[in-house]
Amino acid sequence: MTVRPAPQLDLGQREALVELLLSLADDEFVIGFWDSEWTGIAPMLEEDVATSSIAQDEIGHAKALYEMLAELTDDDADHIAYGRAAEDFRHAALLNHARGNWAFSVARRYLYETADAVRLTALAASTYEPLAMLAGKMRREETYHLLHADAWLRRLADGAAEPRERLASSLRTLWADAQELFAPFDGETSLVHSGVLREPMHALHAEWQRQVRRRLEPITGELPAAAPTADGRTRRTDEFAWLHGEFTSVASSEEAAIW
Amino acid sequence: MVMPGSVRSPEERVWDELGGIADPEIPAISLVDLGVIGSVAVDDDAVRVQLLPTFVGCPAIAVMQDRIRERVGALNLAGRVEVEISFDPPWTSDRISPAGRERLRRSGFAPPHIGPAAVGSDLAELTVLAVAECPYCGSRNTTMENAFGPTLCRAIYHCADCRQPFEQFKRV
Repeated sequence: MTVRPAPQLDLGQREALVELLLSLADDEFVIGFWDSEWTGIAPMLEEDVATSSIAQDEIGHAKALYEMLAELTDDDADHIAYGRAAEDFRHAALLNHARGNWAFSVARRYLYETADAVRLTALAASTYEPLAMLAGKMRREETYHLLHADAWLRRLADGAAEPRERLASSLRTLWADAQELFAPFDGETSLVHSGVLREPMHALHAEWQRQVRRRLEPITGELPAAAPTADGRTRRTDEFAWLHGEFTSVASSEEAAIW
Repeated sequence: MVMPGSVRSPEERVWDELGGIADPEIPAISLVDLGVIGSVAVDDDAVRVQLLPTFVGCPAIAVMQDRIRERVGALNLAGRVEVEISFDPPWTSDRISPAGRERLRRSGFAPPHIGPAAVGSDLAELTVLAVAECPYCGSRNTTMENAFGPTLCRAIYHCADCRQPFEQFKRV
């Protein structure tokens, strides 16, 4: 990765940046693994290909972010990805749920991709150059994911009563946990001050809610007021504990395995 | 015998060599025509090649790095060859050379649309993806079957005129 002059980060800012990168990386990593659970059993062959390809993109993004983290913390990307206990992951609560049925996965994808687009747009303007460059590149790839999620949202919403209701109930179920993608984190104010994060999480959250309410409420009816909570990136579920066991199984049985 | 005027600088020799290395996933096109070589620098210590991945998660990156180190290393221009992965500048499909686009077409891939890629949530901009020019018959009477294909950089289309499925190198 290119070494570029970064803004002078003090220790507090550095720790905050590590927290931000870890949450981004874990989001991409975990949703990538949930997507990969569809490989071979998606409702149609084209979707087998699409979900597998999207999963590969997301895990690739996670890898690049873990490598950036590894440079900042003098650690190893593989160790960060596969060497941590389930409770040390920092993904948003939205990604704690198992993949569920197809409508549930579509609902989560839509909520995730729209939030990711808002977040990456802000990060592409970061004063921390390595992150700005990577976020800009990721955003171009994520546009395809967003297009895909939006096409499926429309397809289910405009479909028969059953798929429409499955979609609507999944969106209502996931709504509160989706807010956690914008959970505030320690040291956030210092990153905003130095321009590493161009806007505070609450501002990005408001922008995202404005976008998705307009799109989703015709499907779901009025969605309740909802905001990120303090433990939005630390609470874990049995479903995630199962996935963690799956994606660490190779690393724990063969320590020398590499990406 | 080296003819006057034909002496190649070390950098030019590296570029020449890189122009002979095929993309691992689409061997019809070279790394140079694909636009993944950002820069080349040679000094006494090292040959430094900047590699710009087409996709962040492209699994062929490590294969490209190995091939560059092997082939450029054989030129014996410096003690070592460093291949640095970079997103600065980010690779975009506009970096594929005109010759590269033609080679893609001849091997059955529609080249990507030219122009800056849509970013963020601008879905309207992406409607252009619905049509690609068939590499077999040139028809634009085609439909996108899947924005995702056998590798991260390829989408699947169908031509209604010659009834052929084909792939497009994605615009990104």
